[in-house]
Amino acid sequence: MSEIPTALPSLAEPAPPAPARPATGFAAGLGHARHVAASNPITGLAFAMFAAIVLAALLGPVITPYDPLASDTAAALQAPSRAHWFGTDQVGRDIFSRVLVATRLDFIIAVSSVALVFVLGGFAGICAGFYGGWTDRIVSRISDTIMAFPLFVLAMGIVAALGNTVTNIVLATAIVNFPLYQRIARAEANVRREAGFVQAARLTGNSEMRILLAQILPNIMPIMMVQMSLTMGYAILNAAGLSFIGLGVKPPTPEWGIMVAEGAGFIISGEWWIALFPGLALMLAVFCFNLLGDGLRDVIDPQRRT
Amino acid sequence: MGALLDVKGLTVEFATRRGTVQAVKRVDLEVARGETVGIVGESGSGKSVTSYAVMRILDRAGRIADGSVAFSGLDLRAADERGMSDLRGREISMIFQNPRMALNPIRKVGRQIEDVLRRHAIAGSMDARARTIAMLEQVRIANPEERYHAYPFELSGGMCQRIVIALALACRPQLLIADEPTTGLDVTTQKAVMDLVTELTRARGMATILITHDLGLAATYCDRVVVMRQGEVVETAPAAQVFAAPQDPYTRRLMRATPRPGATLRGLLPEGTPAPPAMRAPVAGAGAPLLRVEGLVKEYPRQGTSRTWRQILGGGAPADAAPFRAVDGLSFEIRRGESLGLVGESGCGKSTTSMMVMRLTDPTAGRIVLGEDDIGAIPARRFAASPHRRRIQMVFQDPTDSLNPRFTALRAIADPLMRMGGLKGRDAIRARCEALAELVGLPLDLLDRFPHQLSGGQKARVGIARAIALEPELVILDEPTAALDVSVQAVVLNLLEDLKSKLGMSYLFVSHDLHVVRLLCDRVIVMRQGRIVEAGSAEAVLEAPQAAYTRELIAAIPHPPAGGKAVRASESVADARDPSAG
Amino acid sequence: MRTLARRLVTIVPTLFGVVIVTFLLTRVLPGDPAAYFAGPTADQASIEQIRTALGLDRPLPVQFAAYVRDLATGNLGNALSTGQPVLSELATRLPASAELTLGALILSMAVAIPLGILAAVREGSLIDHACRVVTTAGVSLPVFFTGLLFVYLFYYLLGWAPAPVGRLDVYLSEPPRITGFLTLDSLLAGDLEVVRAALAQLALPAATLALFSLAPIARMTRASMLSVLSSEFVRTARAAGLKPRTVVLTYAFRNAMLPVVTTLGMVFSFLLGANVLVEKVFAWPGIGSFAVEALIQSDYAPVQGFVLAMALLYVALNLAIDLIYGLIDPRVRLDA
Repeated sequence: MSEIPTALPSLAEPAPPAPARPATGFAAGLGHARHVAASNPITGLAFAMFAAIVLAALLGPVITPYDPLASDTAAALQAPSRAHWFGTDQVGRDIFSRVLVATRLDFIIAVSSVALVFVLGGFAGICAGFYGGWTDRIVSRISDTIMAFPLFVLAMGIVAALGNTVTNIVLATAIVNFPLYQRIARAEANVRREAGFVQAARLTGNSEMRILLAQILPNIMPIMMVQMSLTMGYAILNAAGLSFIGLGVKPPTPEWGIMVAEGAGFIISGEWWIALFPGLALMLAVFCFNLLGDGLRDVIDPQRRT
Repeated sequence: MGALLDVKGLTVEFATRRGTVQAVKRVDLEVARGETVGIVGESGSGKSVTSYAVMRILDRAGRIADGSVAFSGLDLRAADERGMSDLRGREISMIFQNPRMALNPIRKVGRQIEDVLRRHAIAGSMDARARTIAMLEQVRIANPEERYHAYPFELSGGMCQRIVIALALACRPQLLIADEPTTGLDVTTQKAVMDLVTELTRARGMATILITHDLGLAATYCDRVVVMRQGEVVETAPAAQVFAAPQDPYTRRLMRATPRPGATLRGLLPEGTPAPPAMRAPVAGAGAPLLRVEGLVKEYPRQGTSRTWRQILGGGAPADAAPFRAVDGLSFEIRRGESLGLVGESGCGKSTTSMMVMRLTDPTAGRIVLGEDDIGAIPARRFAASPHRRRIQMVFQDPTDSLNPRFTALRAIADPLMRMGGLKGRDAIRARCEALAELVGLPLDLLDRFPHQLSGGQKARVGIARAIALEPELVILDEPTAALDVSVQAVVLNLLEDLKSKLGMSYLFVSHDLHVVRLLCDRVIVMRQGRIVEAGSAEAVLEAPQAAYTRELIAAIPHPPAGGKAVRASESVADARDPSAG
Repeated sequence: MRTLARRLVTIVPTLFGVVIVTFLLTRVLPGDPAAYFAGPTADQASIEQIRTALGLDRPLPVQFAAYVRDLATGNLGNALSTGQPVLSELATRLPASAELTLGALILSMAVAIPLGILAAVREGSLIDHACRVVTTAGVSLPVFFTGLLFVYLFYYLLGWAPAPVGRLDVYLSEPPRITGFLTLDSLLAGDLEVVRAALAQLALPAATLALFSLAPIARMTRASMLSVLSSEFVRTARAAGLKPRTVVLTYAFRNAMLPVVTTLGMVFSFLLGANVLVEKVFAWPGIGSFAVEALIQSDYAPVQGFVLAMALLYVALNLAIDLIYGLIDPRVRLDA
């Protein structure tokens, strides 16, 4: 069996060019990501912003110039200056310090809610799409029911009923995002259920569970990752919105949504900085996640670009 | 008077991520009035791009880099967009591959034809409708008044193509460009559509450019043939001459690779290939029945799956509650070492049959016996864990779809070895995969590549290696070459034949193409509407078909005259040449 | 007509789901509903009294039946702050919210759809890049923040807009209530000064909401136009010489609208949610600000009523979207 049985001619059609070196899995993805970042500076910028946010979330409390909770009535309502870069609020707290410290809380809320829904929604969706039948019907019905509410309104209702805590904000944000993840995972699993390579895997003796985990899951992961990045922005907005109307995080804890709410009353008397800087921080974070999501989508599937 | 269309030195470039690519290189093409010219080539030959460039409907990334295009003495390259748009549809028309997609899905087909008539002021608001209906009549659409109001999704593929033809010919253009007009249609539909196009264009004295990958189609319907390869014209000659005495080596190879009456499997390969004679090594226990299928039935409920099935049945299926029988009492046998061909048009139930024999779908009734074991009794869901699983394997239709995009070729071939072969250890698996790769002629350095880094033929080889990894007794070949170019198809078919005699397997070869089936199979079953229409030895069925349907099927297959030294060459040429052409 | 009837049947399970969820939010989740409904100042005795009055000591199915009976008779409880039934409170405030939301939707569609079409037709041009920036920025801006920025810019700095305090200047008298939409009612009453004043008050909050909903609509219009423009039937239409205008508007646009109409469902979801935040910023007397006020006072009956009302409204809107979709796409019409 060592020799080639028949000297068949080499195929007439040209093969796609071989990669310079045999890149595998992760390394190839990383290399590609670098290529995309280089060819698309906006995505590069988004990666840089993301790094800055992570850094601020990690180091925020250590590097603040002032105690974010310490009030100083003598220095209340000061416009931005060299001493207070972002000015001070009505009780004289340093806004720059508060904005910086708030990064960690907002980031944690977003990451944990997205991680939660990624696992739950992704799992439910893949099972629904792959197994079909009753699994599909029940899971889809749950999603439909959640989708029957305007999402932010449902989040309000959940936090109001469960109680006013950060954990419940995370939970509510995860619940309202559940249908999105579930539907994407379901659709992706469903189109692959009868795909040639899945049928082939059945022929080679793979059990259904194994096909789900080893064949289908890796193919769905990239799309779910993109979704994760895109909904991070929404999760932050959702949490900040809830805080803005007085749900979830309580003052004086520094959190971007609350800080904007605190500054709202001063806008019409001209003290713009109290609301502006936390609002800007919020906006930049969401902007960063959206750009990142678009960039990731380009890395994974250039055709899907919109 | 000069040529109707005169293309000189046409070069088309596409801007891609890897830089500029020339899809068409210095192509010359002349079409006289009333002439039918075929542009033939395999995928990537630039045959479609040439026509898009003539029509100036290249997409954004493409541009004409060089050359001239003259139509009736008018310089099309210099024409402005408004002038071109006046010309399109009125002077030059196009019909496309995939007719269902070529029509606006949410506009009535009658309105779509009307749009064209009114655009070119052939008809006003008063008579547009009457003219549209007259046009529908000309393309042989029954009940044109009713069909005027139909949407594309309510019509069959063949009917949609008629609408597209009506749309293209509505303004009596001088030149029709038909871009793979029948790809994806069944052979009988293909013949009806092509005959219609020929008749209508001839009646109008129109010139036609027929773009196709199918030499047989070009031979049957064209006066002159232009053969293209990788963006260049390699040969231009009258159709008879190209097929009787091809000049260019590539044309010759293409000719040889096209399955046709009288061709042999080895004869498909390029001349001078050191292929051993196809000796049939005697298989142990040859002749004993390996697979017995008795009274196989598969029913689908009409509700729920209604739309798909209604399309297959052709529009007006009764809405009764009786389930639809995709396979209706099928019985056949495959002996050890034998190849059985299962032939039929789309919707005849051949794929459903193969899925049931493969034990991926459960039959409604009937028995499937492999050797001594009633494998039909084991539910498809549990068959993956059955010891019989490794005895039947399959080569899939679409090599791309059948490989997991995130697995390397090695991982794909190793899958059955690890799951069922009981093979342990990296090195042992690798060694076995390399042996299999050699067996199917896959260069070893390609084993670490992902599917998107492999060509179609290479992917097909990976799929075959995976199927034979555990030396199964029966392999089902589900249109294994349908997605491949003919030259690659020739190689893959030969490979399959060699593997069979070497490993002593039996094949169930499912295909729509009788000529391809004949090359590989000893016996053939012709299916229609879930039933067997005719069965017999491959030669007998092709040479002397008994059933009317089989005769119709065979008559519908366009075939090039067998070139070179093959038998019956002169006779075939006479058959295939269009009597009124030239 | 038959399509409508069939579609109406399909919303029954959805409505049932909505009722179950609101029931769960009211009665079953941790915490003491009796304490919720009694309010923060109630003592133990009155909580017990309310518990019995609400039937919270009875088994869940019985409670559920009672809850459904209450809903059917429009009994959503009373608001603590006003002492009025929640239902009538919601009913009086709904037009204000509806006027704001619809105004925003019309504004954003008027901008987003042409923008998306132009961006797709002239892919890679300046307008395409502008569309990209606007859509990415639009989804990134928190509405309550944009609202405040607008107030600072147009009220405090430029003085173009009136003070962000409700629907109408206090010195003007409201027109007789017909539709509940101030702009329409004042138009009907022929009072142009009130029309102008009402529009001036509406401009900033509507623009804030519109900017937010503009992004998904423009984005989807552009994407679906692009995919339709590269589709085979558009190529056929071009090859048949149809005018670019016909190709873009009659052939491409109508097909491209299908996914956009579907997106409207999601846009409504965003809009109704963002509405709450915008109403708070602009002190707009709608059902959103009513719910937020109740929330701050830990008055839960109005909040539950509000969630239920919003869900019913949203279900109705989705139904309307489905019907519009059926009008455009014959494939849905025939086999629903």
